[in-house]
Amino acid sequence: MRILIRGAQVIDPGFLEGRMDVLVQDGRIADIQPEGVLKVPSGNDVTIYEAAGHILTPGLIDMHVHFREPGQEYKETIATGCRAAAAGGFTAVCTMPNTSPVNDNGQITRFILSRAAEACGVRVYPVGAISKSLEGGSLSEFEELKEAGAVAVTDDGEPLMNSLLMRRAMEYAGELGLTVISHCEDKGLAHGGVMNEGTIATRIGLPGIPNAAETIMVLRDIALCELTGARLHIAHVSALESVRAIREAKRNGIPVTAETAPHYFTLTEDAVREYSTHAKMNPPLRTQKDVDAIWEGLRDGTLDVIATDHAPHSPVEKDVEFDQAANGIIGLETSLALGLRLVESGVLSLTGLIEKMSTHPARILGLASGLKIGAAADITVIDPDRVWTVHADQFQSISRNTPFDGWELKGKAVLTLVNGVVIFKERLETGS
Amino acid sequence: MKKDILEMTSLSVDEISLILDTAERMKEISERPVKKVPTLRGKTVVLYFYEPSTRTRTSFDIAAKRLSADSISLSGSTSSMVKGETLLDTARNLEAMRPDVIVLRHPSAGAPHILAKALSASVINAGDGMHAHPTQALLDMLTVRQHKGALAGLRIAIIGDIAHSRVARSDCEGFVKMGASVILCAPPTLMPKGIESYGVSVTFDMNEAIDGADVIMMLRIQKERQAGFFFPSEREYSRRYGLNLEKLKSARSDVLIMHPGPINRGLEISPDVADGPHSIILDQVTNGVAVRMALLYLVTGGTRNADSD
Repeated sequence: MRILIRGAQVIDPGFLEGRMDVLVQDGRIADIQPEGVLKVPSGNDVTIYEAAGHILTPGLIDMHVHFREPGQEYKETIATGCRAAAAGGFTAVCTMPNTSPVNDNGQITRFILSRAAEACGVRVYPVGAISKSLEGGSLSEFEELKEAGAVAVTDDGEPLMNSLLMRRAMEYAGELGLTVISHCEDKGLAHGGVMNEGTIATRIGLPGIPNAAETIMVLRDIALCELTGARLHIAHVSALESVRAIREAKRNGIPVTAETAPHYFTLTEDAVREYSTHAKMNPPLRTQKDVDAIWEGLRDGTLDVIATDHAPHSPVEKDVEFDQAANGIIGLETSLALGLRLVESGVLSLTGLIEKMSTHPARILGLASGLKIGAAADITVIDPDRVWTVHADQFQSISRNTPFDGWELKGKAVLTLVNGVVIFKERLETGS
Repeated sequence: MKKDILEMTSLSVDEISLILDTAERMKEISERPVKKVPTLRGKTVVLYFYEPSTRTRTSFDIAAKRLSADSISLSGSTSSMVKGETLLDTARNLEAMRPDVIVLRHPSAGAPHILAKALSASVINAGDGMHAHPTQALLDMLTVRQHKGALAGLRIAIIGDIAHSRVARSDCEGFVKMGASVILCAPPTLMPKGIESYGVSVTFDMNEAIDGADVIMMLRIQKERQAGFFFPSEREYSRRYGLNLEKLKSARSDVLIMHPGPINRGLEISPDVADGPHSIILDQVTNGVAVRMALLYLVTGGTRNADSD
């Protein structure tokens, strides 16, 4: 089985850039040559894709998703989540541990991986829980989690309020080579808030969460990172002051990395005005000033990664009173197009975007990635000019909780390969 | 009139005037020996209260009955809510029974908007979370208008727990819309961010709020607020922000004292002030019935004089 992808603009940040032909054979990248140099292989096991005008990149990696299996399969299974990922151009995802039961032991990790092995082929990297049952009481067994296949640990969704436990987690995980991913939120300061604190929250009568609820914990975790020397990754940064804190930490050589999500660089708290529960997430959508700071953080490298925080919920959790609604939105099938808006606005170069959506997540988690000859053929082909309308009801994901339904976006994955196998293809011409 | 009365934001100056003028005419019905007109005969009004309320619910109930509507009262504890039914499902089930008006009191901001979008019946917001309490604002405005003749140019001081008060928010919007100026006073912990966007001014000094005010509206302080560390003690709150005869000395001689109730005697207002000559707190309650009669009449499409039958 061989695949030749012809004439795409190939971008592997810091490694390759130019119009090239890519040959895939036996699941690996067999050759990459400037356009027209490669001899068209003969034989009837060859599929040729004409990708002129398209962009070919190392497979995109979303290092922050919630697939709801085990426990809430009516929202998303590993199989449907993987299909959504493939359709969004992702070849790998990191699944957060807040399943039911929680992924705090090797058995659950192995279960997730066995389900993933039966899915469409997207690589699933489970993230284990820092604390047992995410209760903040005691550490999960990190070595067992790692042996079973976990690539990092986090208590995402449940902020770890006990600083001593966080310190120990970082020390212990650091020695095992596991990255600690932190959901930064001071629960006490958030005080039951359900949206960003400010004029809009006041006007529509909802309790607010100040930026400081996030930033305080970003600063705490940076301090612990400096203390322990362990690798720290800050999840879903939303606030201006957090960007500032991370920038300063990096300047001081502290080994911290950080991600933000498409909604934090695309939307403001204004989206909540009509009590839209599809604009409810934690951390909440902030103000234009924060969006500007996120843009600046992406531009200057303070924010290393774009991850979706893909959080499927059904109407049972979303078609209710705003303060009763669950937090989170899905993002796998809109992330790339929203990222391309940053390229359109000049915030990021195309190469910069691919770094944030592939190269950096791979580096942070120690995963293989890149278009090297002999490497596993995890490849995403993007049509940057395709204009399409978001129809949530046509998503691969089971859930429809997106604030971007009906938006017209530009740019779409048209071919996704994992291990040289096509796991998603849409309107891409084959040649001979 | 609009199908729904959800918040002051969506009411125009003309609509507010029409409601207040209609309420003025309704008031007379409650003065009669036989306090009932057949205007809304055959109309069904559902009073759906997810939160405990005595005053507002009774007020709506009396208003509906004085207009001969059939009113049905449902409360959080007797309704399907305890059986786990969602608000939307409850609403659809109610709608299937063809009510004309649903009056909703709910602890979640925006809950009446969910109903209004889903139903063809009129929805009247009887208080949603910290968001809005438009019928209270309208009865407050009616009461002030009766005593002062007009609203434009008046200075209204609202003092107390602004942060958690739907009454404060709706009053701010209503009074400002009608040309009054509003000054808010609370400890900084109970003054919500961006409240100035209503076009009101803000002070932390009670004397400044009282000075020159035509109306002083005191807000209830909820005792459980101490759990959020909003103020050190009831004693200190009362000393700094409670209204008593001593503080009232610096007020205008014709100042009106109001309170949406229920009052905490001795906490935000001393008994001698609550019961004193400046107090129009019970007029507010009387006007509440008239305003709610007017709203029920107007949202069900009333154009004739309600008392002409």
